Amino acid sequence: MELLFFYIFAAGIVGASLLMVTRANVIHAALSLVLAFLFMAGLFVLAGAEFLAGVQILVYAGGIMVLYLFSIMLMNVGVSIRLRQWHRQSVLALAAALLLAAEIWMVLGRGGYPEARRWPWKLGETPGNVEALGQVLYTKFLFPFEVASMLLLAAMIGAIVLAKRRITR
Amino acid sequence: MIPLTHFLALGAILFLIGAAGVLMRRNAIMILLSIELMLNSVNVTFVGFARQWADLTGQVFAIFIIAVAACEAAVGLAILISLNRDRQMVNVDEINLLKW
Amino acid sequence: MIRYAWLIPLFPLAGVLINGLLGSKTRGAAGHLATLMAGLSFLVVLGISREMILGPGGSHTVAVWNWITAGKFSASLSFLIDPLSTIMLLVVTGVGFVIHLYSIGYMHGDPGYPRFFTYLNLFMVSMLLLVMGDNYLVMFVGWEGVGLCSYLLIGFWYEKKSASDAGKKAFIVNRIGDAGFLLGMFLIWSLTGSLAYGEVFKAELAAPAATAIGLLLFIGAMGKSAQIPLYVWLPDAMEGPTPVSALIHAATMVTAGVYMVARTSPIYVQGPAALEVVALVGALTAIFAASIGLVQNDIKRVLAYSTVSQLGFMFMALGVGAFASGIFHLMTHAFFKGLLFLGSGSVIHALHHAPADQQQDMRYMGGLRSKMPVTYGTFLIGAIAIAGVPPFAGFWSKDEILAGAFFSGHYLVWGLGTAAAFMTAFYMFRLIFMTFHGEMRVDHHAREHIHESPATMTVPLVILAVLSVVGGILPGFPPDAGWIHKFLAPSLAKAPAAHAAAGEGYRIVKAAAGAGEPGGGHGTVGIVLIALAIAVALGGIALAWRMYMRDTAAPGRLAARFPGLYRVLLNKYYVDEFYQACIVEPIYRLMRSLFNFDQRVVDGAVNGSSFLTVWTSRLSGLFDLRTVDGAVNGTASVLAFFAQLLKFIQSGMVQNYLFMMLLGVFLMVSAYLFR
Repeated sequence: MELLFFYIFAAGIVGASLLMVTRANVIHAALSLVLAFLFMAGLFVLAGAEFLAGVQILVYAGGIMVLYLFSIMLMNVGVSIRLRQWHRQSVLALAAALLLAAEIWMVLGRGGYPEARRWPWKLGETPGNVEALGQVLYTKFLFPFEVASMLLLAAMIGAIVLAKRRITR
Repeated sequence: MIPLTHFLALGAILFLIGAAGVLMRRNAIMILLSIELMLNSVNVTFVGFARQWADLTGQVFAIFIIAVAACEAAVGLAILISLNRDRQMVNVDEINLLKW
Repeated sequence: MIRYAWLIPLFPLAGVLINGLLGSKTRGAAGHLATLMAGLSFLVVLGISREMILGPGGSHTVAVWNWITAGKFSASLSFLIDPLSTIMLLVVTGVGFVIHLYSIGYMHGDPGYPRFFTYLNLFMVSMLLLVMGDNYLVMFVGWEGVGLCSYLLIGFWYEKKSASDAGKKAFIVNRIGDAGFLLGMFLIWSLTGSLAYGEVFKAELAAPAATAIGLLLFIGAMGKSAQIPLYVWLPDAMEGPTPVSALIHAATMVTAGVYMVARTSPIYVQGPAALEVVALVGALTAIFAASIGLVQNDIKRVLAYSTVSQLGFMFMALGVGAFASGIFHLMTHAFFKGLLFLGSGSVIHALHHAPADQQQDMRYMGGLRSKMPVTYGTFLIGAIAIAGVPPFAGFWSKDEILAGAFFSGHYLVWGLGTAAAFMTAFYMFRLIFMTFHGEMRVDHHAREHIHESPATMTVPLVILAVLSVVGGILPGFPPDAGWIHKFLAPSLAKAPAAHAAAGEGYRIVKAAAGAGEPGGGHGTVGIVLIALAIAVALGGIALAWRMYMRDTAAPGRLAARFPGLYRVLLNKYYVDEFYQACIVEPIYRLMRSLFNFDQRVVDGAVNGSSFLTVWTSRLSGLFDLRTVDGAVNGTASVLAFFAQLLKFIQSGMVQNYLFMMLLGVFLMVSAYLFR
């Protein structure tokens, strides 16, 4: 049963990604990516990371991708469609990627991972994933958490400064 | 029970699709979007590992990756926008001042 | 006193060292010092002579130093005092002392005054070694030493090219003779195993060996004593100062050859053929030189040829077996020839204000006897002595020689000798008349300055004049049986039997002479010979008187009648020119060709090696340059080449770089997979 859903979500993600990289229209590509993120959120729920699924939709699909779409709208999409889309090295790159895929397939075939374990809680039960995550996040990973907030602040300031229109008087 | 390798394989496929996108597309926005895809593939891998061994560390990492991705997207787009003021469209393969 | 014989050469040696090393300090006193040394030697010699003459005589060896002992050969520096060496010592030191005294006045004011006396004393040392040695090696040392001194003294005024040339000529011609002397010594040693007189003369030698030795030694004597063909240096030697001519080339050095042959008489009598050669050469030389002296105009040249001629007489004596007569003539010749040379020096000294080429030319002299009476008087005595007029010294010794030649059957020798005696008398009085008599032809400016010489010069003249008067009759009377003959007998060998060519005539003469050997009285034939000799001498004087006093145009007429003969005699038979063309020139040519060869080969080798060095260095430099530069440039070009290939990686496009990264990941994974 789980496996079936996994395949469904996986197919969705992969399909949407492929769609994304092949679109000439940037807006279409961005929207395809959003679709991929949604499927990914479903996958996260399947894997027992409910909070992460929520964050994915809220932040990633709802924040970052919206930001992307705003930026795209500031650019002239019509012009870019008519230009050549593909880099000259595309063939080589594709070949390299496929080769790498084959290799990773071989790596994965080796196996040899330690034994699996189950989550100590069931879906819907307290404490569930969110509490547990909060527990870990604010104790064990406090420092990275604070750093991440600093990083966000810096990025915010940086983005504002970079994108500012130069004032010429 | 979903085997770990499925997650890993999925993550690998997504990563390579993103990589192909980065290497093959001329438009800067497309490249940035492909980078987002790559970051997400890493998220998938981490979540797979977390699930396999019931360790929340993976999920915490995934959260931080999302945070970093947000920052990077913001700054990247800011750069693009400022670049876009001088020209019509940003084609990465035209930025080759360091060419031999 | 005989024990102190080593003092004799020591005094002059001291003089050499003092004057030679400190000449600049001794300056004017150098002459007095040297004369003192000569005098001291003479005193020692007198002492020794007293012992030898008054005592038992005999021969004494005074050993000084064992010089060489090498295997079978040994020679020591030791002196032999016997009658022969005593006579020689008396002559050398006596006449030497007198001439030293003379030189003080003659060389006064000359810039090389100390050098002159150094050389003169050095000559004394060498000559004394020569006559005092008891073996041929010491004699040879002295022999070479007098040759050296002769060279030094002939070329004393070396700035004058003719003088230095003459010195060289003397030395070189002497060396030719010395080669013969050396070969003779080698032969002596190889046949007898020793060089000491005592041992050598004891040996019995086969006639050919003795003849060979005799001839070889005589070659040395020919060089030193100026016989044909090695006489050519003596006339040129007149370039030296007159005292040198007197001492070395009249009284002593040139007599070394005579002494040597006399000393070697025991060997000569064993090889009579050598004696024949000696006699013949002597006679030929006597007449040859006398004929040249007839027409010479330089006063010293006349005396030089006279000396050569008289030396010929001495060898004539030795050659016919009259060894004692030869030594006797050596002694008397030292007296009167020394006197004649010193007298000519006095004349030249008086004329030193005349132009240089006239000072010695008899055509520009004349009438000097009133201005220089002492010189004239002594000169006259010397001339009479040499002409052979009794009772003066020359008569006794010369007559003995001629008689000795006649009575041993050497008639040719006797004939040549008599003719030479006639010429001798003639040219000597020609000299007297041209120089001292007749009208004065001296340069007018010089006339006022003609004066008699100072006492230091005239006293020696007087001494020698006295000796020229009594020096013959006292030792030598009666002929062949006088004191000197008895005294010398032990040192000299007995004359050999008369030579075979005498034949019938000899026997008749001998019969007429009565029973007598060449060493004793000869009866009537002897008296006839004496009368003939006197007549010859007076005849020569008379002819000279007629031609140069009475009929002064006669010489000119005679020369005009026989112009060719006159020219040949005047030019000394062109012997010098002959030698120059046949011997000297080829040697010069050989020398020049060798020099050129050497130049080319040596220079060629040097230049060639330098060229080779330069060439190889250039090559290696080139190679080095190319290799080094090549390496460096090569490295750079390889780098450039690969850079050209690899630069395309730097496209400036980030996506290319990312592609590289992907490739890198691929490689890493491959490495992990396929490790």
